[in-house]
Amino acid sequence: MNYDRYLNSRIASVPPSGIRRFFDLAASRKDAISLGVGEPDFRTPYLIRDAAINSLIDGETQYTANRGLLELRREIAFYLSSRYAVSYQPEDEILVTIGASEAIDLALRALVSDGDEVLVPDPSYVSYAPGVIFAGGTPVPVETRQEDSFRLKADTLEKAVTEKTRLLILPYPNNPTGAIMEKSDLEAIAEVIVRHDLLVISDEIYSELVYGGHTHVSFAAIPGMYERTITINGFSKAFAMTGWRVGYACGAPEIIAVMNRIHQYAIMCAPRQGQVAAAAALRLGRENNYESVETMRESYDRRRRLMVDAFRSMGLDCFEPYGAFYVFPSIRRTGMSSEEFCAALLQEKDVAAVPGNAFGASGEGHIRCCYATAVDKINIALERMGDFVNAHS
Amino acid sequence: MTKLETSILDILQEDCRIPMEKMAVMTGASLKDVASAIDALEKKKIILRYSPVINWDRTDRERVEAMIEVRVTPQRDMGFDAIAKRIYRFDEVKSVYLMSGSYDLLVLVEARTLKELAAFVSGKLSPLETVTGTATSFVLKRYKEEGVIFENDDTDRRLVISP
Repeated sequence: MNYDRYLNSRIASVPPSGIRRFFDLAASRKDAISLGVGEPDFRTPYLIRDAAINSLIDGETQYTANRGLLELRREIAFYLSSRYAVSYQPEDEILVTIGASEAIDLALRALVSDGDEVLVPDPSYVSYAPGVIFAGGTPVPVETRQEDSFRLKADTLEKAVTEKTRLLILPYPNNPTGAIMEKSDLEAIAEVIVRHDLLVISDEIYSELVYGGHTHVSFAAIPGMYERTITINGFSKAFAMTGWRVGYACGAPEIIAVMNRIHQYAIMCAPRQGQVAAAAALRLGRENNYESVETMRESYDRRRRLMVDAFRSMGLDCFEPYGAFYVFPSIRRTGMSSEEFCAALLQEKDVAAVPGNAFGASGEGHIRCCYATAVDKINIALERMGDFVNAHS
Repeated sequence: MTKLETSILDILQEDCRIPMEKMAVMTGASLKDVASAIDALEKKKIILRYSPVINWDRTDRERVEAMIEVRVTPQRDMGFDAIAKRIYRFDEVKSVYLMSGSYDLLVLVEARTLKELAAFVSGKLSPLETVTGTATSFVLKRYKEEGVIFENDDTDRRLVISP
């Protein structure tokens, strides 16, 4: 049967993620060391898991409020105000979602109308552009460059604005580059936002993973930006809770109400045990000054230095990433494209990395390597990559 | 303790064979600073030894382990220290702890056979004049030691590639 006339053409037109193809290739090689993962190598701290286990034992198996458990929303409000100096009302400015992914989708569906243009820094996480298309908008990539440490520059952004532009997605700390935005960078962006009367979806899922003496600045904390920003965050990266699927969106009550309308009809509520665990994560963090987050960050930081140092000694051009858990070296000196490099590296050396162009055209010439992997494995992978680069340059 | 010392302890606890050059890269400190920090940790007796965690059950070495709860009479001016010292000097004794609760010293003892271990308790430990009683429990199986889980299923459950 030919389903073409049944399938939604707008959605069917979006190609599957470029990562998918590479996933199949990498999964076929059993002994490969993977630097291609996009999640922590820690397990969720046991006390957090224990909270969910107890909740099950106590028979907490019912729906929660659409917006999420009030206890969790209160913890989120406290967390954001104490960590990032942005304050949201638990009652009507916070919505708990199934991972930050749902929050992004809801925000796009609530804010994008047919024909609207949405600015997306390039390279970026693979879901933004398809999400914009699903919502009926047009994603407009905004190039970021290695010479700017992959930060979004106000002048590049300005040039991409048209009269159809409504929204900017601001994903920092960035996946795949590891770039961060400092306060002054954000202030420059804020001027463009005000000048063109735009809104911002600030995806801050990696906010806890910032290194080298830098601290994360929430875009909503920039003067004038609070009312223009939907702040998105979650528990996956900071608390090693990827499989739990719990995230949240915060913003003006009017916007959150519309997002919640989609959420209540399509989803009902995020799974209760995930919410219970998330609340425990924030409560424990509040009580012990985010000790487990700090321990994980320090461990990532050591591996980050190790990886950057190794790529530089291989002669690869590698800017220092101060965020997330990715290093994004340039592989141009090998003369290969990102995909050729990654395919050959996997074939010849059993090391998996992700081609940079999977995250947008500006990622071409780079590869994404994740350092959320045991030190001994990282060291073996880096040695093999060193041999590989030598043999190919 | 400096921040560098704490970082070095974290790194060494995971893998004490890691080269100093790598430690310098990982901590962002100079090789010289790392070397002197390690030196200081050793001098301060914070690092006592660089030894592996071994699962002896997987070897063919015969080995019995027991935890012995020991009740003693503390001595004037010396408290428990003098008797603890007399006990830890025996080669069979791996660890000695002063405990709160219903007994005084917890003694971890290792021997080749049950017979040897029994001989140690009855022939060496119990006769000490300040020891008023012992209770010996044998270790049947070891699950976790020094933070390392022995029969751990530590397979990486993550997707090989994810966005």
